[in-house]
Amino acid sequence: MDFYVAAIIQALCFGPLVLGLFLSMKVFSIPDITTDGSYTLGAVITAVGFSNGYPLAATIVLAMSGGALAGCCTAWIHTRLRIHALLAGILVMTGLYSVNLVLLGRSNMPLIGYIDIFAWLGVFDEADHNTLAVLVFVLAVLFAVMNFMLRSDFGIAMRATGDSEPMIRAQGVNTVRMKLYGLAIANALVAFSGFLMAQFQGFTDINMGIGIVISGLGAVIIGDTLINLLNVRSIPFMLACVLLGVVVFQLLLAVALSIGVDASLLKLTTSMLVLTIVALPRVGSFLQFSKR
Amino acid sequence: MLQLQHITKTFNAGKATAVVAVDDVSVQLEAGSYTVIIGANGSGKSTLLNLIAGNTYADKGRILLRGREIHRLPDYQRSAWIARVFQNPLMGTAASLSILDNFRMAALRQSPKWMRIGVDAAFSDAVRDRIATLGMGLEHKLLQPMGTLSGGQRQALTLLMTVMAGLDVLLLDEPTAALDPRSAREVMEIADRIICENGLMALLVTHNVHEALRYGTRLIQMEGGKIKRNYDRQAKSALNHAEVVSWFDYY
Repeated sequence: MDFYVAAIIQALCFGPLVLGLFLSMKVFSIPDITTDGSYTLGAVITAVGFSNGYPLAATIVLAMSGGALAGCCTAWIHTRLRIHALLAGILVMTGLYSVNLVLLGRSNMPLIGYIDIFAWLGVFDEADHNTLAVLVFVLAVLFAVMNFMLRSDFGIAMRATGDSEPMIRAQGVNTVRMKLYGLAIANALVAFSGFLMAQFQGFTDINMGIGIVISGLGAVIIGDTLINLLNVRSIPFMLACVLLGVVVFQLLLAVALSIGVDASLLKLTTSMLVLTIVALPRVGSFLQFSKR
Repeated sequence: MLQLQHITKTFNAGKATAVVAVDDVSVQLEAGSYTVIIGANGSGKSTLLNLIAGNTYADKGRILLRGREIHRLPDYQRSAWIARVFQNPLMGTAASLSILDNFRMAALRQSPKWMRIGVDAAFSDAVRDRIATLGMGLEHKLLQPMGTLSGGQRQALTLLMTVMAGLDVLLLDEPTAALDPRSAREVMEIADRIICENGLMALLVTHNVHEALRYGTRLIQMEGGKIKRNYDRQAKSALNHAEVVSWFDYY
């Protein structure tokens, strides 16, 4: 049971990340690979901030600003230099690896003995339950903020930018700047996930971001499948679906591990799982094709 | 008043494939006038519209709107005065957004989009009343995504969206080219009504000789990037269908 609670906690740590990926992938239709780097960047800034004795709020703000800056770089390369978003993301992600290594000064740093936001709440006897409560609270706040933002005039302009650029430019919106804002917000959220994960696992590792975009993508696609299945287009419902998607995804991984998949095959399992989720709707049409 | 002064636009300049799309065009459009531009494919009429909207920039010449130079401004800044209906119904509206959200953006064409909830009950009511004037029954579908509507409905709504905020110039870029004859007639009637009711300066680009004769207060024919014929209201009303068709039969 604890095993699955841990999986859910991990999923909720990824919550801000999938909200960010929802913004870049679904709202702006930009596959943003920067995620791998900005996630680690968030964790690295957390470690550096804590070890230098910065207050918690300053550390969070710095981590999120770092992510936002990384997103701005990708957006700038993509829009101003007209380089494909995928390549722009890969370039920034690769560059961030060195940035992270320089910032951290080594490849791994334990965070034991520093501030732990998950220990704040002393309501439950079990530490995991306190962690869970803190995460649910944090995600509820983020959910409310994202819901407000996407429904505001600014958010409508964002969604329209991802939908039809000629339309929204004709309504007086600078789409280049809009994409910059979008990727900045998305990567700030991703970096916040890095902060949460570093807190939860108690260390920052330079390689912790590898393949994280795929885990996030899997969650977003599960959420998207739910949205299409139920055909409800309201913003809060879509955000909820995406958050549910990340929990389902991490639980599926946990199930895979518990039935005896070797831990070193975790990344392979992850990508196979995402492949399965992406391919499922297509397999459906493939079966219909054979009937023709 | 919109003034185009010696506008020239060459695509692929300096290459073997160079095309002079618009060649030293000077024209002046008065406030409240409804000008129809007709011409064969490649005659430069769509390019002219894009130059006014700011999608492309002229190599030479100036564009003045009410005495103000606008030819260096990007399209999203010119949209404070210039509204546009595209040839492709899919381009003028955002398919995944609801009708209401599309109208919200149109209402804010001249203003910044702040982080506040602008789609409230009062706004919905105002939009519902406006859409009801179309008589298409769309006023009950405000929350439906734009993408679920037909091309004709989307063009009609795009037209209505243009007058959600103040404007000086309305550009209609072959708005009925992708529509069936009946929808095309409906959309043109709606356009005509909106232009008359609001006293707009409008510019319609079309291939359709019938539309060119039926609507507008002025008719311009373009050929090879130049203005070939230019008829005012009186001369235009004296034209007949066969005569205009003969402009296109060179052979």
